[in-house]
Amino acid sequence: MNQPKEPVAITMVSAADAVAPPPRAGKLETAWKELKKAPVTAKIGLFIVLIYVFVALFAPLLSPYGESEIVGDQFELWSEKYWLGTDSLGRDMLTRLLFGARNTIGIAFATTCLAFLLGGTAGIFAAIFGGWTDQILSRTNDILMAIPQLIFALLLLTIFGTSIPTLIIVIAVLDATRVFRLSRAVSLNVVVLDFIESARLRGEGIFWVALKEILPNIMSPLVAEFGLRFCFVFLLVAALSFLGLGIQPPTADWGSMVRENATLITYSDITPLLPAAAIAVLAVSVNFVVDWFLHKASGLKDDH
Amino acid sequence: MTIKPTTDMNNDKPLLEIRNLHIEGESDDTWHEIIKGLDITLKRGAVLGLIGESGAGKSTAGLASMCFARPGCRITSGSIKFDGVELTEQKEIELRKLRGVRIAYVAQSAAASFNPAHKLIDQFSEIPVVHGIRNQDESEADAKELYRKILLPDPDGIGYRYPHQVSGGQLQRAMTAMALSCRPDLIIFDEPTTALDVTTQIEVLATIRGIVKQFHTAAIYITHDLAVVAQMADHIMVLRYGELVEEAETHEMLSNPKQDYTKSLWAVRSFKKSEVHVQTSPTPLVRVENVTAAYDKVPVLQNISFDVHAGQTVAIVGESGSGKSTAARVITGLLPPSEGKIIFNGETLPADYRNRNSDQLRHAQMIYQMADTALNPRQRIRQILGRPLKFYVGLTGQAQENRIRELLSLIEMEPDTFIDRYPDELSGGQKQRISIARALAAEPEFIICDEVTSALDQLVAEGILKLLDRLQRELNLAYMFITHDLATVRAIADHVVVMLQGKVVEQGPKDDIFTPPHHEYTDLLLSSVPEMDPDWLTNLLKERAEIDITTSASK
Repeated sequence: MNQPKEPVAITMVSAADAVAPPPRAGKLETAWKELKKAPVTAKIGLFIVLIYVFVALFAPLLSPYGESEIVGDQFELWSEKYWLGTDSLGRDMLTRLLFGARNTIGIAFATTCLAFLLGGTAGIFAAIFGGWTDQILSRTNDILMAIPQLIFALLLLTIFGTSIPTLIIVIAVLDATRVFRLSRAVSLNVVVLDFIESARLRGEGIFWVALKEILPNIMSPLVAEFGLRFCFVFLLVAALSFLGLGIQPPTADWGSMVRENATLITYSDITPLLPAAAIAVLAVSVNFVVDWFLHKASGLKDDH
Repeated sequence: MTIKPTTDMNNDKPLLEIRNLHIEGESDDTWHEIIKGLDITLKRGAVLGLIGESGAGKSTAGLASMCFARPGCRITSGSIKFDGVELTEQKEIELRKLRGVRIAYVAQSAAASFNPAHKLIDQFSEIPVVHGIRNQDESEADAKELYRKILLPDPDGIGYRYPHQVSGGQLQRAMTAMALSCRPDLIIFDEPTTALDVTTQIEVLATIRGIVKQFHTAAIYITHDLAVVAQMADHIMVLRYGELVEEAETHEMLSNPKQDYTKSLWAVRSFKKSEVHVQTSPTPLVRVENVTAAYDKVPVLQNISFDVHAGQTVAIVGESGSGKSTAARVITGLLPPSEGKIIFNGETLPADYRNRNSDQLRHAQMIYQMADTALNPRQRIRQILGRPLKFYVGLTGQAQENRIRELLSLIEMEPDTFIDRYPDELSGGQKQRISIARALAAEPEFIICDEVTSALDQLVAEGILKLLDRLQRELNLAYMFITHDLATVRAIADHVVVMLQGKVVEQGPKDDIFTPPHHEYTDLLLSSVPEMDPDWLTNLLKERAEIDITTSASK
């Protein structure tokens, strides 16, 4: 199981350098070295995250049945045939759990990416332009942040319906507010440096300044924040699904799986807690990795 | 007062005796020796000057005399004896009783060392009160007494101000007073005047010297400025790479340095630019005409005018806040002036840089004081230099690569070694060279150098000045050289503009400015530049005291 470690190490590094120089052989080596030096918790976290990614990618191959295929009676116990029993409609729990990884993680990932695209861009531009642009963006952001996130999400989802694209957009917009604050704050520290002035005096356009001069310098905190945000989004998606406004049946999803099978708890069966545990373990693992990354990012200057 | 020794019964016994000191520092997971077997002997009341370039281990050695190593450093072997007690064998708790009480430390940046949230006098009282030497009231009275002794304005009230409410020089002096709060036997001054203007530096130097004499305190004075150390120390040690290069009495050292390295340090001061034979063309390359500028409503520049001719260096001189850098911002278009205009080669430039075309931008390049922040830390040298080449000249691919290599050779850096490095992998001087190369990449006719050497060691700074001089001759560049260091001006300028509070007080060819009679402010600036003569400060203070009797009266 040690093998898949390397590919992810690569994706993490290339994410950090998406706009910096084209990756060279030396980069991978340093990334590999850094990884070896990482604390045990980070390694465990990374390992677990990799398993999740693997499961999410290959769910159809790993699972014994189809995602929404009804294969047996309701609430069957754990057996040779149904390793983790069946759910309220007689679908295989293990299959649903594996597919749930795909849906929950996929949606959370897409949402986080979108949130970073929106919030990150707005934050950098607010920092570059300052003045009125900054005021308008920041105050709009404050207004959005003033409303409790879950309640706001429930409200918007009730209005716009609960399709997966709406879900992604709504959560992304709400989460972008947090990203905006971070990216604006870190960009402000970079914008005042002489090399930005130098680029402006050279006559560089605003996009060059944002992408080539600022972004590479704020990448470390953003990547760390990405991990954290991913966790929050992931929990929010699960929470919404649990409340019935998230991912809709028959698509498998951990949040709704907890709800659908909640009655089983009364019979002291731990099966409905498995999706919950899956959520918790992933959240903890991602945080392990993020902690390590934050630690490295705090020494902004000496990691490249 | 219990820890105080029973005064100096034996003057010949050294107060501080460091023998064969080794200190290691950690970087990249390995320990490197940064002090390699240093010996220091310091008698009561004596002042030892430690000089050397950055990284020579001066500060580390200074801190080691209180048996303190910075985080990431460790004292590996050697003996540190203070007043007969072996410090390396003392427990941390014993050492803490010593630090601040019997050995005090004055840091380079008082602004960064004071806690901005507390009043000066509270910070003064902290150590004596914590150590139970004095109570708060006694301590405050003592502070006022000391403030009076070091001639701070309003000695009774100044202590009740916060650090941001006093000037940089006053803060540095307040810090010196603070170091004295427990009447230590030894004070370590770590570059206490490096961050100050020449005019302010004088006050601080005078204060320090007065205090050392008055209280018969021993001191270690760390600096990279030879002229300063010449005023302060009885004895000088030159350090390099953590080792002693040379040690001698101040007079002896100044008049007769023995080692080549020491001589080279001395020689920096004698750098003179080669004679330029540029005939002054009738139209100046850059003309600043009656410029008035303000930040919001605060006026910074008032009706300033000066010319820069092709192939010439114009030095803009003045203390901080005089508007030197603002003048540069007006020329580059970062701060559009409220009145007046900038004329480049006979053509009026748009006031705002955003309205200038790329050719107009190309001709006014900037080199900044802090090369650390002037280069994007996430770009390799190749990209830093490649971008302006592509942007202004349109060079790409192999042509660009060749030009980058050419530029690196021009600034005396080996292309193969450096082209793929990040700025963090360069030394301060190398970074500054890259900044110069970036400016040159635009093929400008005019370069603004904003305090380009003030963050560098003398030897490195000299290298940069020589490079700029050579480039000027080869490429016929015009420089606007902003600086507060008159030694640099002497070395490099053709024409000098002296600024004070946003106005030009005097301007003219260098020789005219440097020969009397000058404007009274120019005179103050000039006379404040430390000279290598160890009696310079004494003479100067005497002179000034005669002129301004009121100052001496308040003593």
